Amino acid sequence: MVQPKGELRTQILLTAFVCLLCLSMVYPFIHILSISFSTPAEAIRPGIHIYPLEFSVEAYKTAFRQADLWYGYANSVFRAVVGTALHLIAMLLTAYPLAKKTLPHRTFFTMVIVLTMFFSGGLIPTYMLIKSLGLYDNRWVYILPMLINTFSLLVLRNFIMALPKELEDSAKIDGAHELRILFSIVVPLSLPALATVGLWSAVRHWNAWFDALIYIESNEKQVVQVYLRRLIIDNSIGDVHHEYGLGNVTPESIRGAALILTITPILLVFPFLQKYFVRGIMIGSVKG
Amino acid sequence: MMQVQTVETANGTKRIPGAQRSRFKELMRQYRAHKYLLLMLIPGLAYYALFHYGPIYGVQLAFKNYRIVDGIWGSPWVGLKHFIYMFNGSPDFMNILANTIIISTYRLIFEFPMPILLALILNEIRFVRFKKISQTILYLPHFLSWVIMAGVLTTMLSPSIGIVNYVLGWFGVDPIYFLGDKAWFRPTLIATNIWKEVGWDSILYMAAIVTVDTEQYEAAIIDGAKRWQQIVYITIPSIMHVIAIMFLLTVGQIMDAGFDQIFNLYNPRVYEVSDIIDTYVYRIGLVSMRYDFATAVGLFKNVVGLILILATNYAVKKMGQEGLY
Repeated sequence: MVQPKGELRTQILLTAFVCLLCLSMVYPFIHILSISFSTPAEAIRPGIHIYPLEFSVEAYKTAFRQADLWYGYANSVFRAVVGTALHLIAMLLTAYPLAKKTLPHRTFFTMVIVLTMFFSGGLIPTYMLIKSLGLYDNRWVYILPMLINTFSLLVLRNFIMALPKELEDSAKIDGAHELRILFSIVVPLSLPALATVGLWSAVRHWNAWFDALIYIESNEKQVVQVYLRRLIIDNSIGDVHHEYGLGNVTPESIRGAALILTITPILLVFPFLQKYFVRGIMIGSVKG
Repeated sequence: MMQVQTVETANGTKRIPGAQRSRFKELMRQYRAHKYLLLMLIPGLAYYALFHYGPIYGVQLAFKNYRIVDGIWGSPWVGLKHFIYMFNGSPDFMNILANTIIISTYRLIFEFPMPILLALILNEIRFVRFKKISQTILYLPHFLSWVIMAGVLTTMLSPSIGIVNYVLGWFGVDPIYFLGDKAWFRPTLIATNIWKEVGWDSILYMAAIVTVDTEQYEAAIIDGAKRWQQIVYITIPSIMHVIAIMFLLTVGQIMDAGFDQIFNLYNPRVYEVSDIIDTYVYRIGLVSMRYDFATAVGLFKNVVGLILILATNYAVKKMGQEGLY
């Protein structure tokens, strides 16, 4: 402002740096997108890929012929939608009583919940518990262990605690039931917090892969992240070749197509994510 | 539970006969008055009992010799055998413990300062629209899983067709196998995690910088302070408490060296430098089915981790800041 010359140079330098950083994040996805629409020869060409020099949709055709991709998609959508819906209901039912200062043993109940953030039984004991509960190779293993998230629960509880009490009190005088107060008064007022917590849950579900990897055996119950992992890491793309012949696709472009298909849903909700996630961090930082 | 009860109802100084009973009655009355709220709480408490407290039952395997036919309860006790074996006998455990601590320490040194630097840089940029757009782009990788990132990175870092080696080729650098070379794997872990998380992690520092009192800058400008002097003498000291808290919390997580990232990027060629406690527990537990020993290793990690978290949280409180919870 005061030193125009030095200021301008600094601004240009900083802007160029941030531009370069942004480019490093955007370019890989353009590259993958370009490869996914390329012919085999083009897909394995070393160098910069901005758009396919030789265009082909064979990779997508091959990917779409894979039953496992569709299973993966269906199961991932299932866990994101059903998992998040049940998550929100369970969270509301738990957060609302804990937000009431008059609840007997409120401190004790809160302690029981908060303590779980500091320890865990560990991988093997959890694995054995899940098996003994009959959740092994069962789609409910996606939903039930993630039914409540302690951090989100505290965010939601703090939000409800900060709501004006008068509305609830007047409803109580009218003789409304607690459950009705929750759903007709608290829920509409808590929509911003619910949107935040719901998006957190949906993204967690969409991105989750480890639970599916260790608990799910059947391909038709598998999630898309694990399908993708197999393509990338175990290189099970070999099976695709056996089925469809080597000719018109390469593993590179099929992998690219699968990546693009997995990233797209996240990109579609990204504008909302940014809005609510950033706000969520702020809500979360209000300690109660 | 009795403790809470006493606090709530002990309002007299004398203990009168029957006080115990009336206190109980009072509690019953309160419970009845809140019966719907308490009913609502049942599913949540059941969830915590089952999925968070339930696994503790299986932790006893760390002190047992697990035999499938006998089950968890019936398997014979072996005391500290698995823990002694861990430090005295196991060919890999010490290396794995070292890997975990080394990778975490690298993260602390190289990853931790990056979001702070980025926040300071973004804060200096005056072109608001550009700043907003670039922030949006910088947040994006945070929302993609390490499975997706592994897919992107194996293509980008490939020694034959990867763009990184292609660009390095312009400067005459021979192709580097970033994900398959023991010397390069750890630096690659650090660099790719910075790349994925730096934007997102800077949000907190951006928020802290915004709260700095602008009058301080105005006074500094009148005194003739340069841009970098303002940063060093005003901005950084003003957000020091946030930096300190984040630093302590990161130290508290030293036992977590980043399972998701390593598990999706590593391969047998680089196990020696990248195998950490979490990946080790997975392999000896779920792949080799040594449930008892894997439980012991997991328990060791969790206990050390718990102590670290409690200690760092205590330190944060000592600093006069509000703790995590």
